[in-house]
Amino acid sequence: MIGTRIRERRVLSGIRQSDLARQAGISPSYLNLIEHNRRRIGGKTLLKLAEVLDVEPTLLSEGAEATLISDLREAAGEQDDIGAELSRTEEFAGRFPGWARLLADLYRRNEGLERTIETLTDRLAHDPYLADSLHEVISSVTAIRSTASILVETEALEPEWQNRFHRNINEDSARLTEGAQSLVRYLEGAPNTDAEIKSPQDEMHAFLAAHGFHFPELERDMAGPRDVTRLVEGAGADLSMPAQSLARDVLLRYLADARTLPLDPFLGWIESVGPRPDRLADLSGVDLATLFRRLAAMPQDKVGPVGLVICDASGSLVFRKPLDGFAMPRIAGACTLWPLFQVLAQPQIPLRMRLKQVGRGAETVEALAVSAPVSAPGFDRPALMQAHMLLMPDSPDAESAPLREVGVNCRICSLADCIARREPSIISEGF
Amino acid sequence: MGKKVLLIEDEPNIIEAVSFILSRDGWEVKTHANGHDAMEAVRLRAPDLIILDAMLPGKSGFDILTEIRGDAALGDTPVLMLTARGQTKDREMAERAGVSQYMTKPFSNADVLAAVRALVNQ
Repeated sequence: MIGTRIRERRVLSGIRQSDLARQAGISPSYLNLIEHNRRRIGGKTLLKLAEVLDVEPTLLSEGAEATLISDLREAAGEQDDIGAELSRTEEFAGRFPGWARLLADLYRRNEGLERTIETLTDRLAHDPYLADSLHEVISSVTAIRSTASILVETEALEPEWQNRFHRNINEDSARLTEGAQSLVRYLEGAPNTDAEIKSPQDEMHAFLAAHGFHFPELERDMAGPRDVTRLVEGAGADLSMPAQSLARDVLLRYLADARTLPLDPFLGWIESVGPRPDRLADLSGVDLATLFRRLAAMPQDKVGPVGLVICDASGSLVFRKPLDGFAMPRIAGACTLWPLFQVLAQPQIPLRMRLKQVGRGAETVEALAVSAPVSAPGFDRPALMQAHMLLMPDSPDAESAPLREVGVNCRICSLADCIARREPSIISEGF
Repeated sequence: MGKKVLLIEDEPNIIEAVSFILSRDGWEVKTHANGHDAMEAVRLRAPDLIILDAMLPGKSGFDILTEIRGDAALGDTPVLMLTARGQTKDREMAERAGVSQYMTKPFSNADVLAAVRALVNQ
């Protein structure tokens, strides 16, 4: 009862009833009635009494007490082998509110930390780049160990075998070094720092971003695959071998797109109808996916800011050109509510909507999505599908499109009651 | 000619090392480097024992093992699975699929040799 708690706090503080009443601006007889639970109090009187007693008003109020007692019971339930006196929980919370709050807070904090550990463990266990790198390192170690044992343990090993095994160890140790260094770079690279270059996909995207996603060398009439090779090799140490391979594939597709939609006529069409893929498709007769890629490859001063994200049928993001105000995860785990994934189930049927990501810094953007096969099907294999989602700043033209609230990925999304949620958010859990 | 071992593994230098130690021990070693058509290789070679990597390009070792155990003609062939994944759930998955023995990488040559001898002579 609130009156009982006021009385207990007063006695604990060594304040006389008449002094407390005076300091709180009420009569001693009224305080006496309050302390014996014969008058309800709240509002200013409660705040004033709490101030004089130097406690949080919630400690005196019923709701805080109920929450505290519920937290204490939950904590006791988790550790029922300790034998906490559950029947005396209310008495404990009432007589020792500070200790009780501390215990409850520690219990909640412990619970939060356990969830954080689960989240981080899950992240490590399912990080595809980490898994691949570790596999590479273990494979190299296995080959070195096995080969070294043969060299040490085999008597009279023929020179030909000896040379072969020496060569193998040399190769594997180089592979091991590269794998270990890559792992260290990956694990040490903190988010939002210059040391963030991590997976080959990250390197490839950093390379594209450094060029503004536009390559004048590939826009020339005579441009060919040799220009792609020159560009990739020109990146030097910025691109590892796997990243070079990824960059080469992206640039070869850029080259093909540039041949389909040469720069000058394309910019002319954009000037006449704006960066509208549907109108550009009517003018050019070119499919939407190619138009999306081409728009994303134009210099920003010609078409304004344009973002693009491409995923394969597994949902892995294979290409990301960011747009301010719309965040994207690095490889996988993006919000399922993005139309990018919706169009995978409806090839060649485009979708247009406005998207707003929950959280700070997000802006409403216009999203156009379409999916299409990127390889021909065969009797022994399905056609490989890719979905494209073009992102542009919100505009009056887009107002008729439906607005959808989406996230980046579940871990950092606070969207409540989301039907697409795969895992709890670390934001809402107070990570 | 010794008994036949089929080594299905995609790392060339592991293939070379394991093939060497088994050949020196008198086994006839055949190798195959991908998961995609591994079952064809198993049927073609009809080995006395299969050494199977868990992570192969094209098809996982776990899927191949399941297919072997589901094939009446091959179902009893001992399978030694080599894997870089030492997690309990992977071991359990291999056991559910019917693995004869599960060995995590990096392994010692002596252990591989001992396992091969034991599995074939069971």
